[in-house]
Amino acid sequence: METNEVFEKVKGLFIEDLGIDESKVTMDAKLEEDLEIDSLGIVEVVMAFEDEFGIEIDDEELADVSTVGQAVNLLHSKI
Amino acid sequence: MSKRRVVVTGLGTINPLGNTVSESWEKLINGVSGISQINSFDTEKLPVTFAGEVKDFDANEYLGKQHARKLDRSAHFSIYATEQALQDAGFNTEERLGADVGIVFGTGIGGIGATEDAVRTYDKRGPSRINPLAITQLMPNSSTGQVAIKFGIEGPSLTITTACAASANAVGEAKNLIENGIVDVVVAGGTESGTTPMTIGAFAQIRALSTKNNEPEKACRPFDQERDGFVMAEGSTVLILEEEEYAKKRGAKIYGYVKGYGSTTDAHHITAPAEDGEGAFRAMRKAIEDAEISVDEIDYINAHGTSTPANDKNETIAIKTLFEEKAYDLDISSTKSMTGHLLGGAGAFESMVCLLSIQNGKIPPTINLDNNDPDCDLNYTPNIPKDKTINIAMTNSFGFGGHNGVLVFSSK
Repeated sequence: METNEVFEKVKGLFIEDLGIDESKVTMDAKLEEDLEIDSLGIVEVVMAFEDEFGIEIDDEELADVSTVGQAVNLLHSKI
Repeated sequence: MSKRRVVVTGLGTINPLGNTVSESWEKLINGVSGISQINSFDTEKLPVTFAGEVKDFDANEYLGKQHARKLDRSAHFSIYATEQALQDAGFNTEERLGADVGIVFGTGIGGIGATEDAVRTYDKRGPSRINPLAITQLMPNSSTGQVAIKFGIEGPSLTITTACAASANAVGEAKNLIENGIVDVVVAGGTESGTTPMTIGAFAQIRALSTKNNEPEKACRPFDQERDGFVMAEGSTVLILEEEEYAKKRGAKIYGYVKGYGSTTDAHHITAPAEDGEGAFRAMRKAIEDAEISVDEIDYINAHGTSTPANDKNETIAIKTLFEEKAYDLDISSTKSMTGHLLGGAGAFESMVCLLSIQNGKIPPTINLDNNDPDCDLNYTPNIPKDKTINIAMTNSFGFGGHNGVLVFSSK
């Protein structure tokens, strides 16, 4: 799967599952500041990623993820 | 020093009758039922298929999906009713209310719908798929916290879980906070959304609910011979309580005074009322003593009147014990005949009814009261509203656990 395909799927999850405005979801968007995803929301995001892509994400892998782009790259590397 | 007096300056509600105070009042004085077949989930397996559901309310539209999906339905209602009440009282809901405002909220079972959802997910998909928001949705203090966050309420906060007495106790404890000089303003209310499959099933198991599935609008019939249980309902009602001088300085309109509060416990049985409504009687007497009035001055009693055989009979006995021969001259009604039982939201709703009765000089009827139970032989305002100048009104709320909360409201 190409990076842009992963991004489109991630974007869909943010919009459909979390109710985030489509216009806010860009590769540069910061999860906490821009998308208002708090510490509880991150757990939901991870669950949604795991279900969508059929993978498992450890908490340690999230340490360096603070933007949509970083999340997309992490997912891309695991698929 | 004279006692600090407590006034009500704002009202807000969302309930089976309507999503505003005025719509609810219109229905109440016209004797309209808010009870109907449940359409939010499949009731096929349940022995009870009807309830008082909130209608025409879309939380996603009101709060935005990103916010709404984090909250249980009971908290959606709480925020909605609080916003109405604050605006009614003339507060700017765009600004944080700050540390001089408190909040006391009552609920019977908190986010029970979220609990049910989480358990279903656990069973189907295991612990790693439980909604990470489950705890924050199901905890009984969720509404209190979410309302405080939404409106920036930074003063004292309490959540009261005395079952069906919860929001009567909330209004009473809010009165105490103001009387004791802790704060000048308290958001006091209650919420419930227990019209969910397991909860309906569980209440049905203890034979607490009416099973008149073929005539939902007639199912809740307090004090009637044919009554067979209460009807589950959902919603939230909020009152803005203020210290009298504080409210007057703001130029706020005043609905009336929270004049008396009585709180007692049966310490008898977890569901059944104490013999002859002894705990209820003591709570009413306490509220009247606290109000510094005599029993003769009560113009209207909004009864607990759940439509269960045990409540209505014992509440009647308790009223007779307190009012003696004057009990027969009292104007009483049960608005649960129209709303169903709002459980933890009932006391606040029925407080609102008392204040609106005082304001409008009208007593809403007890609908579906066609043939009085011989054990229920007082004047419950059957089926037709009554015009009457009301200076003092009392509302009763009694909960599983043996909790009794009684409030007295006055015009001056």
